[in-house]
Amino acid sequence: MTEKSFQVPIMSEIYAQGHKPEYLYWVGCAGAYDFRYKKVARAFAKILNYAQIDFAVLGHEESCTGDPARRAGNEMLFQMQALQNIQLFKQYEVKKILTTCPHCYNTLKNEYPDLGSTCEVIHYTEFLNNLMQKGIIPTIKANNNTTTYHDPCYLGRANKIYDAPRNILKNMGYSINEMKRNKSFALCCGAGGAQFFKESEPGTKEICTLRAEQALETNTKNIVTACPFCITMLTDGLKNLNKEEEVQVKDIAEIVAENLSL
Amino acid sequence: MSISQVIFIITLIITVGVFLFSIYRLAQFFKLTKKYPIGNWGKRISLVLKIALGQTKIFRFPFAGFLHAIVFWGFLVIIFGSIEMVIDGVFGIHKSLKVLGVFYDIIMGFGDIFAFLIAIAILIFIARRISHKVKRFDGQEMTPKAHKDAFLALSLIFLLMFSLLGMNSMEAILNPENSYPVSNLIAHILPICPCKAEGLYTFFWWTHIELIFIFANILPYSKHFHIFMSIPNVFLSRIEPLGKLNTMESITKELQLMMNPETAYEPQENTEPVRFGIKDCEDVTWKTYMDSLTCTQCGRCTSVCPAAQTGRKLSPRKLMMDLRARMNEKAPYLIKNKNYSDGKSYLNDYISLEELWACTLCNACAQECPVNIYHPQIIIDLRRYLVLEEGKAQGGLQAIFANIENNGAPWQYSPTERLNWINE
Repeated sequence: MTEKSFQVPIMSEIYAQGHKPEYLYWVGCAGAYDFRYKKVARAFAKILNYAQIDFAVLGHEESCTGDPARRAGNEMLFQMQALQNIQLFKQYEVKKILTTCPHCYNTLKNEYPDLGSTCEVIHYTEFLNNLMQKGIIPTIKANNNTTTYHDPCYLGRANKIYDAPRNILKNMGYSINEMKRNKSFALCCGAGGAQFFKESEPGTKEICTLRAEQALETNTKNIVTACPFCITMLTDGLKNLNKEEEVQVKDIAEIVAENLSL
Repeated sequence: MSISQVIFIITLIITVGVFLFSIYRLAQFFKLTKKYPIGNWGKRISLVLKIALGQTKIFRFPFAGFLHAIVFWGFLVIIFGSIEMVIDGVFGIHKSLKVLGVFYDIIMGFGDIFAFLIAIAILIFIARRISHKVKRFDGQEMTPKAHKDAFLALSLIFLLMFSLLGMNSMEAILNPENSYPVSNLIAHILPICPCKAEGLYTFFWWTHIELIFIFANILPYSKHFHIFMSIPNVFLSRIEPLGKLNTMESITKELQLMMNPETAYEPQENTEPVRFGIKDCEDVTWKTYMDSLTCTQCGRCTSVCPAAQTGRKLSPRKLMMDLRARMNEKAPYLIKNKNYSDGKSYLNDYISLEELWACTLCNACAQECPVNIYHPQIIIDLRRYLVLEEGKAQGGLQAIFANIENNGAPWQYSPTERLNWINE
């Protein structure tokens, strides 16, 4: 299956042409490099094209927000990354940033202002939910699809975004079977706090396996989430339970793009 | 002045004296801690109304939450009666607050009902501790002493309510026109002649007030210190989103110096070397230490912790209990000699690296804490000490730091490949 083509404007190019795009789409390292999550970045870019959003990406000028460094205790590296990125925002006169990764979102929105950033930061679930409410993205009536939604910690507990992703799923015709632990009670996928990048400490079970078990309790055939780390961890969890063939893990952006046949 | 007044005043002075000493001792410990700025006073009042008075977070565990809310709201009402008893005791004026009229009757009536409800709630709490294995009450940090502490406080509260109901019931026997709904019923059931009621009233009165005095002085040395600390702790707690970590200004200054070398020649205000992060108890801010004093050891944090749930060594509750223990151990010596060292530290001797690196910073603990303790602060500060001062980070993380520094991503890809996702 060949994917439909789509346009991704590069900030340096269009800024040189004298255009200041309304949004900076912050792709994040996972969007740029993670094998699985690149698909999500593509899905989101296609939706932006479909909705005719005036956006651009930083391309090779984008650099890690510093989130994993900060959470692993390397405040020096975090601040160096932050100052460098903020300088770039100022250079391109960025006002609004769109992010998909909740970790980038949290850092750009809550932590960068301490170091001088004044940008408004918008998570794509809230952005898409708005576009649906305005009718820019059509909604789909009931189609008997059920799913369960896993709340990423840095979207949910950290920033209280619980309803937007659920509304999108409902708008796409899904009914949601909630896990016992959902919203502010949700269990971490096991990747936060830089855990994703290190060996885990000895325990009786992997955190991702426990979370995958909780998802399977809802008898779902697909788990939807909104974070690159959650996707990887939940997929690993399903693998540990030999369920990776039966159950899929998808991102909200992929669901929307699929339903729009993008 | 009557003899009972004299005796009362002496016990009151002893109580207040001992209490002030305990508080003074703790205040000295606070002097050892670091600065922590607090602002946004308006928002904090709504925080107290919601979380403290409204008990919203405690209701996240509905059964225990409901019982606790009864105990808390009951305490707020009953405290009026306790204040009146102190006035009675000192000045020998019986029922001095009666001047408040109908309001007084309502308060005392509700106090009576609450005394009964609290007594029942406490009996359920005690029964639950004995018969049920409540998982969150156990754990490596929950020593026999911690369990005894819980039983002692529960027993004292039960006796407080028992003596209060006893006092009210005797009053009901002596004075049929009273405002005690529950004690009136008890008075009807109890076959006590009014001749004996007066003596019993005095007995219960003294028992109740002396128990209050004893309880108040046990509290600063018990986990039940939260009775005093929880409302101030909620008031002073974080109002930022849970995911936001604090920015280390010392690092920002250092970076500014690096990027702007001319400023290096400007006079520096603070020449004292700063410690990055936390190694020992005196490195924490006063707010983090306050968190540890407020901790009730309810274990709600640990019960929702993903690391703890999957058999890892981390327990957010232990972070708090250990900090308090370490401060108690070291602070008395530090006050006398600020260079004191016993060769131990909070990091390593209390909190192991295995615990420290198991945390996913998911904030479930902080979300759950009924008194708004922010556990992730300790985790991140311990990691900051290790990484920034000792250059130690768990295995794979050093590579991640190098990748971010060299490639601008935690993975080893060149920035020139950043747009490859579009065409794949």
